[in-house]
Amino acid sequence: MGLEEKLPNGILLASVEKLVNWTRKSSLWPATFGLACCAIEMMTTGAPRYDLARFGMEVFRASPRQADLMIVAGRVTNKMAPVLRQIYDQMPEPRWVLAMGVCASSGGMFNNYAVVQGVDHVVPVDMYLPGCPPRPEMLIDAILKIHQKIMDEPLGPKRAALLAESGHRTELLPSSVRYAKAGKLDKFQGPRDPRTAASPLVVGPAAAHQAKQIEAGE
Amino acid sequence: MGVFDPLKGFGVTFSTMFKKVVTEQYPEDYRPTAARYHGRHQLNRHPDGLEKCVGCELCAWACPADAIFVEGGDNTEDARFSPGERYGADYQINYLRCIGCGLCIEACPTRSLTMTNFYELADDDRQRLIFTKEDLLAPLLPGMEQPPHAMRLGENEQDYYVNGPELARKAGEVAQ
Repeated sequence: MGLEEKLPNGILLASVEKLVNWTRKSSLWPATFGLACCAIEMMTTGAPRYDLARFGMEVFRASPRQADLMIVAGRVTNKMAPVLRQIYDQMPEPRWVLAMGVCASSGGMFNNYAVVQGVDHVVPVDMYLPGCPPRPEMLIDAILKIHQKIMDEPLGPKRAALLAESGHRTELLPSSVRYAKAGKLDKFQGPRDPRTAASPLVVGPAAAHQAKQIEAGE
Repeated sequence: MGVFDPLKGFGVTFSTMFKKVVTEQYPEDYRPTAARYHGRHQLNRHPDGLEKCVGCELCAWACPADAIFVEGGDNTEDARFSPGERYGADYQINYLRCIGCGLCIEACPTRSLTMTNFYELADDDRQRLIFTKEDLLAPLLPGMEQPPHAMRLGENEQDYYVNGPELARKAGEVAQ
């Protein structure tokens, strides 16, 4: 981008990279791109009960030039696709795209000639969020997973090449596990994803016991 | 228009300071969903570990979004995965298509397919969002054994279903 490309490798920039990524993820401004019913759920997420302002992103910018994150909420028709691409092109870099709901992710139940079968035909997508529509917690979870990806993002082409060489992939844990408070984890009553968490899926009183085991293991 | 109207207006704003905060602190504080929330699917097992799925594809037929793919297979005496003749050899649910309507659950004749409350599914890879049988099968509880193995709880398929509630109660006692 600038100065960092001319400096030798490994000096100073490891911490700068973290700082830059931290500032980027801490005020991620979404563009308003509500297209269908998912937009209602997206508005709920911005409202007081779920309060996106906790993550520094309460302002949905009407102008794409002020936005970093495009939440494609709803089905994209073939007629809307060029508009979507133009809005994406108008956003300044670095920018991220979140495909919210099954329609934006893959066309969902609308497998017909009018609907684009996934917005990744039009723009590069950073996070797919299934659900019809996803509940606000799911949207927050997807956003927090994007935050994790931003924190791992390389600064400059040298670092990018290094990361690509090492085959790095951000591990995407469920947010309720990753951000659980140490004392509260044993009160956790929800089911876990057996693929990402170390434990099998258990519901009810056994879950508390399992959470303790996870805590002891980590 | 009274003299005190502006004060009244600010009074409303001021009084909200003493109201209960409605915000849920989601990632730190996980609130359980409704008990029958339509989340991620699960393929259940009989109390001895055999799969309940018989590979009938009724879930795939019921699915309005064509998210489910099932391929049945024949049980043999050497490799038995479920009581009865058939089992689900391949089972995939595409969560990029699944709308969580629960019609597959209603269609399932053996209560093999049910839904859990897990919903934190977001991922950055389309391939990883197609869940296969290994991802969907319920974990082995105490007293269960990884199929393939012979029928432990009865002579034939009928025994598993007729005595189902009783077997489940017994399995619960073992687990405790």
